Amino acid sequence: MSEREHRGPAVPGPAVPGPAVPWDDNARPGPAPATPGDGDRPHPAPAVPDPGTPPGPTSAPAYPRPGAPVVHGLPPGRPGAAPAHRETAGIPPPWARYPTPAGLPAAPPAQDDGWRRLPAMMLLVAPATALVKLAPAVIALLIFGAGRGSATQLWIAAGIALLAVGAGVIRWRTTRYRITPERVELHSGLLNRQRRSVPRDRIRTVDLTAPLLHRLAGLSVVKVGSGQSAGSDSGLDLDAVSTGEAERLRRELLTRSDPDTGPGTAPGTGPDAEPAEEIDRIDWSSLRYAPLTVSSLAAIGALAGAGWNLLREANIDPRTLPGADAVTGELTTAPIWLSALLGVAVLLSVMVAGSIVLFVERWWGFRLTREPEGTLRVRRGLLTRRSLSVSEQRLRGVTVTEPLLVRAIGRGAQAGVLTVGLAGAGGEETGGGAIGPPVRRDRAHEVAATAARAEATITSGPLRAHPATARTRRLVRATVPALALPVAAGVVAYLGGPVWPVVVAVLLLLAAVPLGLDRYRALGHRLDARYLVARHGSLVRTTSALRRDGVIGWRIRQSRFQRRAGVLTLEATTAAGPGSVLMLDLAPADAVALMAEITPDAVAGFRTGEQAVSAAGGSRTGSG
Amino acid sequence: MTATGPLTTGDAADAGALPLPLRPPANRVSPRAIWWWRLRAVPTPVVLLVGQGVAWSLLPAAPWHGLLIATITLTVLWMLAGTLVVPTLRYRLHRWEVTDEAVYHRSGWLVREWRIAPIPRVQTVDTEHGPLQQALRVATVTVTTASARGPVRIAGLDADEARELARRLTETTGRHPGDAT
Repeated sequence: MSEREHRGPAVPGPAVPGPAVPWDDNARPGPAPATPGDGDRPHPAPAVPDPGTPPGPTSAPAYPRPGAPVVHGLPPGRPGAAPAHRETAGIPPPWARYPTPAGLPAAPPAQDDGWRRLPAMMLLVAPATALVKLAPAVIALLIFGAGRGSATQLWIAAGIALLAVGAGVIRWRTTRYRITPERVELHSGLLNRQRRSVPRDRIRTVDLTAPLLHRLAGLSVVKVGSGQSAGSDSGLDLDAVSTGEAERLRRELLTRSDPDTGPGTAPGTGPDAEPAEEIDRIDWSSLRYAPLTVSSLAAIGALAGAGWNLLREANIDPRTLPGADAVTGELTTAPIWLSALLGVAVLLSVMVAGSIVLFVERWWGFRLTREPEGTLRVRRGLLTRRSLSVSEQRLRGVTVTEPLLVRAIGRGAQAGVLTVGLAGAGGEETGGGAIGPPVRRDRAHEVAATAARAEATITSGPLRAHPATARTRRLVRATVPALALPVAAGVVAYLGGPVWPVVVAVLLLLAAVPLGLDRYRALGHRLDARYLVARHGSLVRTTSALRRDGVIGWRIRQSRFQRRAGVLTLEATTAAGPGSVLMLDLAPADAVALMAEITPDAVAGFRTGEQAVSAAGGSRTGSG
Repeated sequence: MTATGPLTTGDAADAGALPLPLRPPANRVSPRAIWWWRLRAVPTPVVLLVGQGVAWSLLPAAPWHGLLIATITLTVLWMLAGTLVVPTLRYRLHRWEVTDEAVYHRSGWLVREWRIAPIPRVQTVDTEHGPLQQALRVATVTVTTASARGPVRIAGLDADEARELARRLTETTGRHPGDAT
């Protein structure tokens, strides 16, 4: 059988051994759970024989034909096939020989051109995942609809289950992917056929995610991010392949983006020779920051909202729950301040407990490593294992983020990266480029510096403060919107309303003053030999260090008020992270000097005054 | 950080309001852009006025008509400002320049904005002619970089000038290899 061209010289067995760094090994809670679905664990058998876990019987129905190529998982009764299973991946896929039922898309035109299918375990995992997602609805249906015509409910539930299984089978049959020297392609769908194709030189990130069910089956979702506009075309999701294959894909796809390495040599460049360099790992003293992060509080809120919704959907009134009467009785007889205090205490403890649970789930087994193929890699997650990899070539700088509570109470901070392809608003998946949990502040600066391969910390240290008018502006901007509240409350009180809102509003207004001052204190920038460092923000103080050559343009804004105050807002635009590094309320001369220093060619021609020539000339010799 | 000299604006038309040591870009946009901005400022207030007229006829006079008079006055003022004042302001303030080194653009009237995109970082050059723009023979040239925050949109250019600019920019940027990130 012909070999796939993209493998090239890398095809010989040793080039793609079992995962030398099984990416979720590190954090398996204890020994691998002996679930039947875990039968895929001996998958890296050539490298790590694991006789302790017999092949699960669950994979039996998936491989009815002896001789069918086994790409993923181990068919029961054919343990001897294990060492060869990677080679068999090159054999024409089995579906080519299956009779194609009418209505299903025809087999791929050429079977030996590298098209691969999802592992058969997906036949189990996809419906199971769908069922788990639908479970609340189904359970509610079964329990609360049982009164009238229980048979109907059963049928509906069975129908849903059948649909889920059917959808899983169709998805499995119609999904195929291949990796050519130029592109990663994914075809899927029966009625709504999708063809995704990402040029390999556009690949910025390769993330592996293994939700619990996938993990039990030894599978991982591979998300290929191209870092183009954050639209639907930004990448593709391969849901899912075996964890070993995912690890191999990750390495192959990311190594390829190195221009020095030829196309096919990617997996064979000997990444196993050098071990990954560990930059950071979980330090459980970070747990104290868990209740202080806003994101976890928001998550708790979302959870509580979902729970409340579920109760409402199920027509359960919390007041009718057993014991609720006693509690409300107690509360109504107690003095109001006591019940308020109790309520706050209960809420707080629930929030703290919940945030700790979420923190542990999110950061369990966290490791930040620099992989030999030149990527930074974050591995984390208790139930859902995640592995985020960013190519160091795409790294444009680092950030240190300090949410107010973490900064004020815990003296902590969170390190992050500015990477092309990871939008700042990447959401929960990327956490805005975070490369670790909140840690001690100096440690965060250290991690950021190591990630950037800098000798000394770049995100800490003194910054050039912004003009005093900036302080006035921060104060005004913090307090003026807050003024509306006392005024409104005053009007209400004047019209005969209660007086206490006025007090609260005035207190809020007073609280806005330190906030404004703190926002001013945060402002600052500095130009190092290699980095532009800028800081701003109070509720979330962000220090960004952007590499000079990562600046791809400038944006200056000046409102009427800023014009009067003699300041302006400068943004150094970049392809990485949120798209720009923000410097609020700079002196105009500072701003232009900064621009001329970083991009002398682009700016020098537009400067005015006699300093234009001298400063541009000076900066050119200075930076060159 | 050497620039501490006197702050000059170099733009007499702005009445010395810009303490920014950058000279304004060399070129103005097409004078026909004023009409483009004017016409564009018409539909939204008109729709609002129609809505308020409908509300006037449907709602009881007692509490509502006084309020409606206020909002209608505001809408009319807004339309007048948008059609008579703002377009001329924009024409005076909007300027652009393309050199071999950078694309330089100034825009905005309430909040002024300067954008500089170095030529080696330019990724795409788009020209846009809407129906209204075609009627007035103006066009918008959008120069994008790899940053989500960085596109330079030069609106209201003369159509021929826009075509020529896009051609020149495409040619210039083609000389710079790499993916401009």
